[in-house]
Amino acid sequence: MSGFEPTPTPETAPYWDAAARGDLSVQFCLQCARHYFYPRPACPRCGGESVEWRTVAGRARLVSYVINHRPLPPFDATVPQIVALVELDEGPRMMTAIVGVEPAPEHLPLDLALEVAFVDCGDVRLPVFKPMAVAA
Amino acid sequence: MSATSMHGGRVAIVGASETDTIGKRPDASVLGLHAEAARNALRDAGLTISDVDGIATAGIYPQDISHYLGITPRWLDGTLVGGCSFLLHVRHAAAAIAAGAADVVLVTHGESGRSGVGADPWIRNPAAISGQFEQPYGAQAPYSTFTVPALRFLHDRGMTVEHLAHVAVAQRTWAVDNPRAARRDPVTVADVLGGPTIAYPFTRDMCCVVTDGGGALVLTSAERARDLPSTNRAVYLLGSGESAESSIVSQMADPGSFAAFRHASAEAFRTAGLTHADIDHFMAYDAFAHLPLYALEDAGFVGRGESGDFVAEGNTVKGGRLPVNTNGGGLSYTHSGMYGMYAIQEAVRQLRGEAHAQVPGVDVSFVLGVGMFFAAAGSLVLARHPA
Ligand SMILES: [Zn+2]
Repeated sequence: MSGFEPTPTPETAPYWDAAARGDLSVQFCLQCARHYFYPRPACPRCGGESVEWRTVAGRARLVSYVINHRPLPPFDATVPQIVALVELDEGPRMMTAIVGVEPAPEHLPLDLALEVAFVDCGDVRLPVFKPMAVAA
Repeated sequence: MSATSMHGGRVAIVGASETDTIGKRPDASVLGLHAEAARNALRDAGLTISDVDGIATAGIYPQDISHYLGITPRWLDGTLVGGCSFLLHVRHAAAAIAAGAADVVLVTHGESGRSGVGADPWIRNPAAISGQFEQPYGAQAPYSTFTVPALRFLHDRGMTVEHLAHVAVAQRTWAVDNPRAARRDPVTVADVLGGPTIAYPFTRDMCCVVTDGGGALVLTSAERARDLPSTNRAVYLLGSGESAESSIVSQMADPGSFAAFRHASAEAFRTAGLTHADIDHFMAYDAFAHLPLYALEDAGFVGRGESGDFVAEGNTVKGGRLPVNTNGGGLSYTHSGMYGMYAIQEAVRQLRGEAHAQVPGVDVSFVLGVGMFFAAAGSLVLARHPA
């Protein structure tokens, strides 16, 4: 996937290092017993610095989205993008892309169950989501 | 100390003007647009450059404007929180004037959003929080970022995409009468829904125009306003507010409600000592069609889930209970990039009785603006009379 490649910073590097291993890792505040996102050194709820990185299950639900028909370069302008807001089972929400599904509203009911996948994006692996595989 | 000290009608907008023309301005640079608007606003006030001792602007250093114009400031404000920055400037200027830190403040805006003359190039920062956690997914252009929460807003309220279309239709009714507006042809809901999709569910007419233009305001104390030739056209600041939520859209605490709209509007009502029933006119920053719906609910003009029908039933158009975005808004009038200045200008025109599509008897106008993508907010309560 060629597009806007992210550049990790010292504070966010553990997130991207985990993604490179195929893990979705989110910070957890020991004081609040609560996950938070985006990565930063202290909990935005209590200010506490007793936080640790935890690998999460990678399951989420579709909160909202747009189907972008005008992707900017270097994205491929002919391929509509599903730009989505998802909520992890553990609570935090994040922006992502939905892959593995037609970019059409009839395939994207809100609250659709999703699971994480990873795509190469420059020097990093980017967490994206796809509809949860339905058990046979 | 009470936050009301800078309000209560003690500070007035005595000059307000846009650039001579807006829309396509390949003949003027960003600086030139600022300066043209500034000269027009000072002329409107009956003041000159030598009267100005305070300068505020956004997206460009305030000293770049003051020096360009020949002003020696003793008060500067370069607050940049996105498109509503100018609402914050008015609020900050009022505090400065009330505190004696400035006598006459000039607030300027100019942007070459369409033609790009003299504009800074946009440079992406891939290490910024948005650069790491939103833009890699295509959430960079406003139409594919600011718009993302809209489907959840509609879904949770039992509303539909047609409600977004109704916002575009309602605002176009105002622009039809406005020769300065960029989009003036009447449209129907079917027209709006049938237009080209920019980012589903947003079609072209649910997205703002992209233009060049500028605007400026001159503020001073109500006392000094009484001695100016423009005194009969002075507009008074009764209340204001400002707030911020998240720097990235995904971290809104509730994707269906903008906390900074709620906080900033509540503070404006509180400092003005007014209620919703006192408001005759509402300017709700509309880069996209969902924003007036959020604004109506978050500012408390309607209850949760009532915004869509409120617009669809005609309450925001001519003759409606609460005329909204009477210049046509960002969707139809103009949007050079930071629209807040134009929202204030239209509120001032309505209060002076000088609007292109004038609403009869506007005594109090409420202006609510957003900065960046659901990141910051500002609010103003403006009135024809000081109290
Ligand atoms: Zn905590």
